[in-house]
Amino acid sequence: MSGVEVQGIRKSFGGAPVLDDVAMRFAEGRFTSLLGPSGSGKTTLLRIIGGFEAPDAGTVTIGGADVTHTPLWKRRIGMVFQSYALFPHMSVADNVAYGLHRQGIRGAAARAEVARALALVELEGFDARRPKQLSGGQQQRVALARAIVTKPRVLLLDEPLSALDRRLRQTMQVELRRIQRDSGLTTIFVTHDQEEALTLSDRVAILDGGRIVQEGPPAEVYERPATRFAATFLGDANLFAGTVRDGAVATPSGPLRSEAPLPAEGAPATLAVRPEKVLPLPAGAAEPAGFNAVDATLRQTVYAGATSTLLLATRDGDPVKCFCQSRDAPALEPGAALRLAWSPTHTLVLGG
Amino acid sequence: MSAPSTPEGRRARPSIASPEGRRARPAIATAALLLPAYAWLLVAVFLPLGAMLFFSFLKTNPFGSKAPLVFTGAHYLAFVTRPYLVDVAITSLRLGFWTTGICAAIGLPTALAIARATRGRVRQTVFLLAILPFWTNGLVRIFSWTMLLRQGGILDDLVHLVLPGVGSVGLLYSFPAIVVGLVHAYLPYMILTCYLAVAGIDDALIDAARSLGARLPTVFATVILPLALPGLVSGSILIFVPVIGSFMEPRILGGRIGVTMGTVIEDQFTQAYNWPLGSALSFTMLGIVLAIFALFSSVLRGRLAP
Ligand SMILES: Nc1ncnc2c1ncn2[C@@H]1O[C@H](COP(=O)(O)OP(=O)(O)OP(=O)(O)O)[C@@H](O)[C@H]1O
Ligand SMILES: [Mg+2]
Repeated sequence: MSGVEVQGIRKSFGGAPVLDDVAMRFAEGRFTSLLGPSGSGKTTLLRIIGGFEAPDAGTVTIGGADVTHTPLWKRRIGMVFQSYALFPHMSVADNVAYGLHRQGIRGAAARAEVARALALVELEGFDARRPKQLSGGQQQRVALARAIVTKPRVLLLDEPLSALDRRLRQTMQVELRRIQRDSGLTTIFVTHDQEEALTLSDRVAILDGGRIVQEGPPAEVYERPATRFAATFLGDANLFAGTVRDGAVATPSGPLRSEAPLPAEGAPATLAVRPEKVLPLPAGAAEPAGFNAVDATLRQTVYAGATSTLLLATRDGDPVKCFCQSRDAPALEPGAALRLAWSPTHTLVLGG
Repeated sequence: MSAPSTPEGRRARPSIASPEGRRARPAIATAALLLPAYAWLLVAVFLPLGAMLFFSFLKTNPFGSKAPLVFTGAHYLAFVTRPYLVDVAITSLRLGFWTTGICAAIGLPTALAIARATRGRVRQTVFLLAILPFWTNGLVRIFSWTMLLRQGGILDDLVHLVLPGVGSVGLLYSFPAIVVGLVHAYLPYMILTCYLAVAGIDDALIDAARSLGARLPTVFATVILPLALPGLVSGSILIFVPVIGSFMEPRILGGRIGVTMGTVIEDQFTQAYNWPLGSALSFTMLGIVLAIFALFSSVLRGRLAP
C-alpha cells in the first residue's frame, strides 16, 4: 500500500496531445476519483500509472519509488477494466487464482485466498461458473476480487460501474467503498458520473484539456469550483457574466455581490450559483437582507419525485435553474414571474 | 446484495413467453434459407459419396461390361491382403501430421501478428500475401517448387552463394520436399482460421493477465493459446483431411518415394481402372481419419474440462 505520484506526465497519440503536464498526488489509502469529459485522457492517465502505456515525458512513483520504467507485470497494481476482461475460458475460481499462480501461490494456500476474496465480494458458491454464466454485476465483482486477491499496492478502476443499472450500481458503490476501506488500498477511480464521484471519494480530481484543473475533497471542489469548467462539469451552475463595479458585478440582471474576492474594478467577471442554493420567492417579495436577487420568468417545472427543477429565464432571456424540494415548489404555471434570491456566501467567482 | 439468481431468472423469461406465431415464421424462413445449402450438399456430396460407397462393394468395375453385378467386401481387406499398403498409409499419416503441425507452428504466429500488430492497409496487404497460394494454379505452384528444390536449383545456388564449401543441396524427391509443397498449399487455411479466433481476443484480456503478473510467454500459454485453440482445431481438420488424400504434391515433389494413399487411390481410378478398390481404400482412409479425430477430440475435451 502506497501513495501514487505523477509528475510532468505528457502523452500524445499521433501528434495530438492527450495529457499535457499532468501532476497529481494520490494519497496512500485514499479513494480518489478522476473525473472529466469523454476523451479528456482519464483512461490514458490510468493506463500510464498502471504501466500499460509509457508516458512521453514525466515520472510515475508508487510508494516513493520511481516506477516509470518498471514493466507492468512487476508493478503490483490491481486493475478493474471497464469491460471486466475476465478470462472466458476459465472458471470464476481460476480467474481469481490467476494472479496468485503468477506469484507462485498454488494449491491449498491459493484456494484459501480465492475463497476469502470471493467471500469479500459475496460470491461464495460461484467458483465453478464460467464468466458467461454470470450477470454483469457478478462479473464486475469477480473482476474486483481478481484485482485485489494479489494484494496490490494500488487499485485502478476504469469506469467499472458504468455498465450496471442504477440500482445495482448503488449497491456496488457501497460495496466498493466497504472493500476499499477494509483493505486500505490506494484507489484511483475513473468515472463519468459526478454524483458517484462525490459520494464515493475522499478526493476528486477534474481532468480537462490534458490537465488536472482542480483537485480536493468532494465538498470543496463542489462548493468552491476554481474554473467555469469545474463549476459546470461537476454539478449544475447558473452563470452571470458582467463587469466589476463598486465591489459588485454589474450584470444585465442587476448588480450581484460575492463574499469571495473579485477581480480589479472594471475587469470582466463571471459569478456562479448552484441551483439548489437559489430561493424561489413570489414576484415583488423582499429578499432576505444582503441577498442577491434577480427577477425571472418560469419556463417549465421538471418534476423528479422528491425534488423539482424550476427552469427559468432572466429578463434578458438567459436560462436559470433552481432545485427545490417538491414540497416547497411553488405551484405556478409557465410564464409566471418569480424573484430568485441567494446569499453572497454561495456566490462563486470563477476564473478561466 | 440481491439474491444471485434473480438477474438470470429475469433474463431467461422473455424467450419462453414468446407467442407461437412468432416462432413458426422464423422456422419456415430458416428452412427456406437452408434449402439451397442442403440441396447442394445432397447433389454435390452425398450422391457421389453414395455412388462410391456402392462401387466399393462391387467385385469389378461396373462400366463397359454386360456381366451381372457381383457384390463383395473383399476390397475392404486390402490392408490385409496387400501389407505394403500399411506402409503407404503410414507415410500419408506422417505427411498429414507434419504438414498440419508445421502449418500450426507458422499459421498461429502469423495470425497473431496480423491481428495484433497491423491495421488498415497494411493488414489487407499482409492478408493478400498470406492467401496468395489460393490464387495460383496448383500445378504451377508445385512445379515452381521443383525448380527451387532440385539439385542445381535456386535453393542450391543460394546455399552455395552463402556457404561455397558445402556439397550440392537437393531436396527434391524427398519427404521434406512433399511437406514443403503441402505446407505452402494449405497454410492459408490455418492462417485464416487462427486469425478468426485470435482477432476475437480482447486486448484488455492481455492487459489483465499482464497486470496480474504474467510475462509475455505466460500470457501466450495461459490466455492466447487456449482462446486460439478452436482456430487451431478447425484449421487442422481443414488441412489434415485433404493432405491425407493429396496426390499431386507427393507425385511431383516426392517422385519415387512419393507413394501415398492419395497416389495409390488415384492410380486405381486413372491407371488400374479398379474403381471398387479405389473407393474401398478411400472409405478405409476416411474411417482412419475419423478415428483419429475422435481420439483427439476426446483428448482435447479432457484437457479443456476443469
Ligand atoms: N491507443 C490510442 N491511439 C490513438 N489515440 C488514442 C489511443 N488511446 C487514446 N487515444 C486518444 O486519446 C484521447 C483520450 O483518450 P482516453 O481514452 O484517455 O479518454 P477518456 O477520458 O478515458 O474518455 P472516456 O471517458 O470516453 O473513456 C482520445 O482523444 C483518444 O482518441
Ligand atoms: Mg476511458
